[in-house]
Amino acid sequence: MAKTDVRMKTEGLNIYYGPKQAIKNVTLDIFTHRVTALIGPSGCGKSTYLRSLNRMNDLIENARVEGQVLLDGVNIYDRQVDVVELRKKVGMIFQKSNPFPKSIFENVAYGPRINGMNDKKKLDEVVERSLKQAALWDEVKDDLGKSGLSLSGGQQQRLCIARALAVDPEILLMDEPASALDPIATAKIEELVYELKNTYTIVIVTHNMQQAARVSDYTGFFYMGELIEFDETKKIFTVPAKKQTEDYITGRFG
Amino acid sequence: MTKTKRNILGAIAYSVPAFFALMIVAIVLYVMTTIVAGGWGSLTMDFLLGAPEEGMTKGGIFPAIFGTFLLVVIMSVVGVPVGTMTAIYLSEYASQRSVLARLIRFAVNTLAGVPAIVFGLFGLGFFIQFVGAGVDKALYDDGLLHWGQPNILWASLTMALLTLPVVIVAVEEAIKTVPRELREASLALGATKWQTIRKVVIPNSITGMLTGGILAVSRGAGEVAPILFTGAAYFLPHLPGGLSDQFMELGYHIYIMATQSPDVEATRGIQYATTLVLLLLTFALNFSAIFLRYRLRKRIIT
Repeated sequence: MAKTDVRMKTEGLNIYYGPKQAIKNVTLDIFTHRVTALIGPSGCGKSTYLRSLNRMNDLIENARVEGQVLLDGVNIYDRQVDVVELRKKVGMIFQKSNPFPKSIFENVAYGPRINGMNDKKKLDEVVERSLKQAALWDEVKDDLGKSGLSLSGGQQQRLCIARALAVDPEILLMDEPASALDPIATAKIEELVYELKNTYTIVIVTHNMQQAARVSDYTGFFYMGELIEFDETKKIFTVPAKKQTEDYITGRFG
Repeated sequence: MTKTKRNILGAIAYSVPAFFALMIVAIVLYVMTTIVAGGWGSLTMDFLLGAPEEGMTKGGIFPAIFGTFLLVVIMSVVGVPVGTMTAIYLSEYASQRSVLARLIRFAVNTLAGVPAIVFGLFGLGFFIQFVGAGVDKALYDDGLLHWGQPNILWASLTMALLTLPVVIVAVEEAIKTVPRELREASLALGATKWQTIRKVVIPNSITGMLTGGILAVSRGAGEVAPILFTGAAYFLPHLPGGLSDQFMELGYHIYIMATQSPDVEATRGIQYATTLVLLLLTFALNFSAIFLRYRLRKRIIT
C-alpha cells in the first residue's frame, strides 16, 4: 500500500484527568482515506485519545491536554480554532448508539438543520444521500417518520453514522461502534467502514482484534496510556516489532 | 435462623411499612370526606360567582377566586422563567466546582428553607417599603402612596421568590434525566452549546420541567403567609383593576372567616366550601401537570 498524505497528526500528546495521566506522549499520524485502528486493553487510553481528536474531552471537567493535535497542519487546540467548525469536520460515532428521540428523518436532518438548512427539498436530498451512504436507506425509506428508537441496535448505529455523514465531515472517529451489536450487525458496520474509507478518513477504536485486522490499514497498539507500536495493520498482526504487541494480539494478556 | 422465624420477621417487615402507608391514605380520605361533606351544600353557582355579603356570613367568594387566579398567573409569569433559566445555567453552563455555582446553589437551598412568613416580611420590607416607596418618591410628587403599599404585584413577586427554589430544583432534576450521550451526539455534530440546549436538552426534559413548574405553582397557590403583609385584603368591594390594587385570596379568606369574623359559627358552611374550592383548584393544577406530561411524552415518543 502506497503511503498517502498525513491528514491528522498528534505530537507529544499528553492528556490528564485531574492528577492522573491518561495519555502519555503519543505521536501518531493519521493518513487520508485510510482506516486507522486503535487497539489495546480496557482503560489503555484509546478512547481518550480518540476523543481528543475532535475535542470531545473538552466536555470533561478536569481533563487537560498538552502537546499538539494537528489537522492539516493546524493545532486544533489553538485558541483561534472554532471547536464547532472542528466537530463539523471531524465527526464521531459513539460506542452506544445514541439516536435522538425523534423520527429517522429528523435524526439525520439534525446536523444540516443546525447549520441553517431549512429547505425541505434539500433536506430530503441530504437525508436520502446520508442514509444510502450508511446502507440504511433500503430498510427505512418507507418509514422515515418512525422514531429512530424503534430501529434495531444495528440499524440505530447505522442511523447514527448517517446522522454524522449528513454534516459532510471529512474525518470520522468511531469509538467501538460495533461493540454492542450482534455478529451480523457488526459485519454490516465493518462493510460500511470499508466502503466509507473511499470518501472519508477513519479512525476506529476497537477491542476486537479481528475487527481491527479486517477493516484497518494502520493499527496503533495502546497500553497504559502509551502508544506501544504503530504500523501498517498487516505488519502489526504478522510481524509486530514489540514483544508487548505480540503478547496482546496473540491473546496472552488483556 | 429457622424458617419460621424468618417468615415472622418477613411478615413484620412487610406489615409495619404497609400499615403506615395505608394510614396516609386514611388521613387523606378523612380530610377529603370531611371537607366535601361540610362544603358540598354551600357550593352553588351563586357562591362561586358572587361577592361576600353581610360580614362574610353569606354570599360568594368570586373576588377571592379571581384574586388567587391573578396571583398565581403573575407569580408564574415571573418565577417560572427566572427559575428555569437559573436551573439551565446551573446544570449546563456553570462548572460544578466554580465558586459562583456553589454560591447560587447555597442561596437556592437557603431560600428553600426559609419559612413562608419570613418571605412575607421580606416582601413588606423590600418590595413595599424599599422599592415601592422609592418609586413613589421618584415618580409621584403628591406625598400619597401609590406603589408603596401592599398590592397584587408585590404579593405575586413575594410568592414568586417563595416558589423559585422549587422551580429551580424541579427543572434541574428534569434536565439531569437527559442522557449525556444525547448531548454528546449533538455537540459532535457541530452544534453549539446553546443549540444543544434548545434542540436536545429542553425538548427531552420539557415534560419534567412543566410538571415541576406546575407543582411549584400549585404549592404557591396554597400559601397564605407571604401575602399577609404584601397585598391580601380582608374585604374589597371591587375586583383588582391594576397591579397596584389589593386583592382577596382564597387561603387568606379562609383564615379571615375562621378567626376574624364577628360570627364564626355562621361562616362554617362557607368556610368548608371555600376550602373545597381551594383544594379543587390545587388538584386541578396537579392533574393538569400529570395530563400535560402524559400528552407530551406520547408526542415525543412517536
